[in-house]
Amino acid sequence: MLRVQQITGGYAGAPVVKNISFEVKKGELFGILGPNGSGKTTILKMLSGILPHTSGDIVIKGKNLSEYTPKELAKIIAVLPQHSSQAFSYTVKETVSLGRYAHQKGWFQSWSGKDEEAVNRVMEQTGISGFQDNDIQQLSGGERQRVFLAQALAQEPEILLLDEPTNHLDLSYQKELLDLLSVWSKDCGLTVISIFHDLNLAGLYCDRLLLLENGEVNINHVPNEVLKEGRIREVYRTKIEKLPHPRVAAPQMVLVPERSQAESQLEKRIHPSSLEVKEDLLVLRSPFPLKTMSSGVTGSGTGWNRIFLNRHVSKNYDCSDHRAEMAEFVREIGFEPGETVGMMTAVYIEDYSSKFYEEDTFSVFVVVTAGVGNAVDASKSEEHSYHLTPGTINTWIFVNGHLTEEAFIQSIMTATEAKTRALYDQEVIDTVTGTIATGTSTDSILIAAAQQGENLEYAGTITPLGKVIGKGVYECTVEAIKKSQSRINR
Amino acid sequence: MQKQSIRTYLNNKLLAYLTAAAFLLCAMLIGISIGTVSIHPSTIIRVISAEIFPFISLGNTDAMHANIIMNIRLPRVLLAGLVGASLAIAGAAFQGLLRNPLADPYTIGVSSGASLGAVLTLFFGLSIPFAGMFTLPLFSILFSFLTIFAVLLFARNIERSMKVETIILTGIIFSSFLGALISLMIALTGEELRQIIGWLLGSVSMRGWAYINIILPFFVVGAILLLVNSKELNAMSFGEEKARHIGVDVQKRKMMVLIAGSILTGAAVAVSGTIGFVGLVIPHLTRMLWGPDHRHLLPLSILVGAGFLIIADLVSRTIIAPAELPIGVITALIGAPAFGIILMKRKNKL
Repeated sequence: MLRVQQITGGYAGAPVVKNISFEVKKGELFGILGPNGSGKTTILKMLSGILPHTSGDIVIKGKNLSEYTPKELAKIIAVLPQHSSQAFSYTVKETVSLGRYAHQKGWFQSWSGKDEEAVNRVMEQTGISGFQDNDIQQLSGGERQRVFLAQALAQEPEILLLDEPTNHLDLSYQKELLDLLSVWSKDCGLTVISIFHDLNLAGLYCDRLLLLENGEVNINHVPNEVLKEGRIREVYRTKIEKLPHPRVAAPQMVLVPERSQAESQLEKRIHPSSLEVKEDLLVLRSPFPLKTMSSGVTGSGTGWNRIFLNRHVSKNYDCSDHRAEMAEFVREIGFEPGETVGMMTAVYIEDYSSKFYEEDTFSVFVVVTAGVGNAVDASKSEEHSYHLTPGTINTWIFVNGHLTEEAFIQSIMTATEAKTRALYDQEVIDTVTGTIATGTSTDSILIAAAQQGENLEYAGTITPLGKVIGKGVYECTVEAIKKSQSRINR
Repeated sequence: MQKQSIRTYLNNKLLAYLTAAAFLLCAMLIGISIGTVSIHPSTIIRVISAEIFPFISLGNTDAMHANIIMNIRLPRVLLAGLVGASLAIAGAAFQGLLRNPLADPYTIGVSSGASLGAVLTLFFGLSIPFAGMFTLPLFSILFSFLTIFAVLLFARNIERSMKVETIILTGIIFSSFLGALISLMIALTGEELRQIIGWLLGSVSMRGWAYINIILPFFVVGAILLLVNSKELNAMSFGEEKARHIGVDVQKRKMMVLIAGSILTGAAVAVSGTIGFVGLVIPHLTRMLWGPDHRHLLPLSILVGAGFLIIADLVSRTIIAPAELPIGVITALIGAPAFGIILMKRKNKL
């Protein structure tokens, strides 16, 4: 559809774009990325015939760009520029109708039924039919952008060039516009070439990305290959991290702000003294947010949290809407559910067990409450019927160190294995199966890390961190089980 | 919402043309009717009909009335109309091309060039063989051509793509320079002074049919050139890059518009001197009434501009009768405040 071969050029003086080659196939959604001044807009202007190139070729549908007359070119390529100026107050329909210029023939260039039909169709597609008689100068930025998109579509182009189309649009219109482009490229075979500032949007919607650096091609590949942390950091010269999109198989890049000198020098540690033991509640207040991975009632999953609650509820607690009830409880005692990991237990809070382990470069604080009333042997759990009751072994592990995601997951594995061993040694029996239990039916776990200081890449059982977690969880679980069982026996 | 309905109502293009044409016709009738000798409109219609269709008898119409109409008032009104139409359509085209409602033939230096040509002719007493009394107009047109090409050449040298801003700036440079040359020549002139100043302020009096013959062909050529470019003007008023994207051959079309505009301005300045504000206010007013679509804006500007200048001329010759004011004074007196009001309204709207 479109082939660019070794083009060089730009404005008078030094060339902005050097030796660029790429190819775009029919129906592709092709994104052009690059920092400011990397030559994105220059390339787009060359493709639309506004700027001449000093060497190389641009071939569109097998014919050199320079061989097209402006009218012929306008029937193939339409452009939606970043800014569209309008000096006079044309109506929306008048503006869109201008897009039919190239399709009108003869001296009088009369307006045909086909023109009228095309204009009405694109106004419908872009959702602007409702205000077709309004003055474009009175529209909002987003509405105006849609009018000019309709104008470009009225050209019935095969290739649509866009220069940061989402620039003036709020979130919902950004999505709407890109969804539309995506549909048109897939269903109607429209070839879309667009400049993007937003790497994440580009990654979500484009089939292929061209990354420019100083007027040269850095890479031209699928989004997953282009949007690599190292590459983006280098090209954009900024701190960035890559995450998976929660719903779509596309990478997302997030900025990492520089911390102030004073802030980064301040030592942030979780200390056992932060733990408050109340009658029905175990509270740990961190002076700063911790990165957490947990299975709590509130704040579950991964996140950043400052408040950690383990709340005693009666054995008959109604679990039908426990999340909403817990959030309400958190709010009532003056915390924000949005920054709180909250757990529940039927165990008496005073039977908790905690231990602090100080290593050379990191430290670990373990807090466990354990009751074994619902003990289950996981290998035979199919014999149990499903019902939710408040959790009985709640394990908290606070690490003063910097954990990778891998270390978080390994921490959970190590802690679970240690817990199971504790139950084994305490000979906790699954009353349904009669075998030794591996846990209870509603256990919860929390791994919370300060994400400062020592970098702890792994937490497998024989790594330095794994060793402490294994030992800590085992010791605390055993002690907690003993405490709660002695209460029952009393 | 009310504004919306007004706009829709006025969008009825047939009504727009009827209104503008009626305005022009009334202006012509009043222009011919009023003067030191008042002539009844029915007499005017009868005399002109008799002139066009020989089978219609003049009847008992006063021969003197017929003489006044055919030899003095009608040519004057027609000349005023043609000048007004030329300036208005040229202004409308320049405003569309330069995307600037403040632009007109004067901003890009064309009329200064035409004026210089005329002043030079008067100053040196130049005469083209066989051209006789047409020497002055011919020189004006020639100089307006030369000026526009000099402006374009200069602008192109500054920047190859000739952005509209560059053209306006170049126009201002040329206007100032040419204006200075004109002032210099006036300072050096002795007895010719009054004639030059009178000419510079603009007038359509005592020109006769000969001047109509001079301006008419240029008006027809210039107006047709602009009218066939009205779609392109619509596109170019969204910016030259946008026009190019839509498929307009911008370089060629821009050149056509500039040449047509300079023909119209040059010829108008040649026959009537510098008459300001017509090319600025009339297109603006027309656009406000009937929208910015050049396919209608250009012809409507012709009608309204012609009518406006006929009325302005009428005022200029009757307000301090028997003396006459230069017509440029009247257009400036009406046009400048009107333009100020338009400007303020625009600012409030934005």
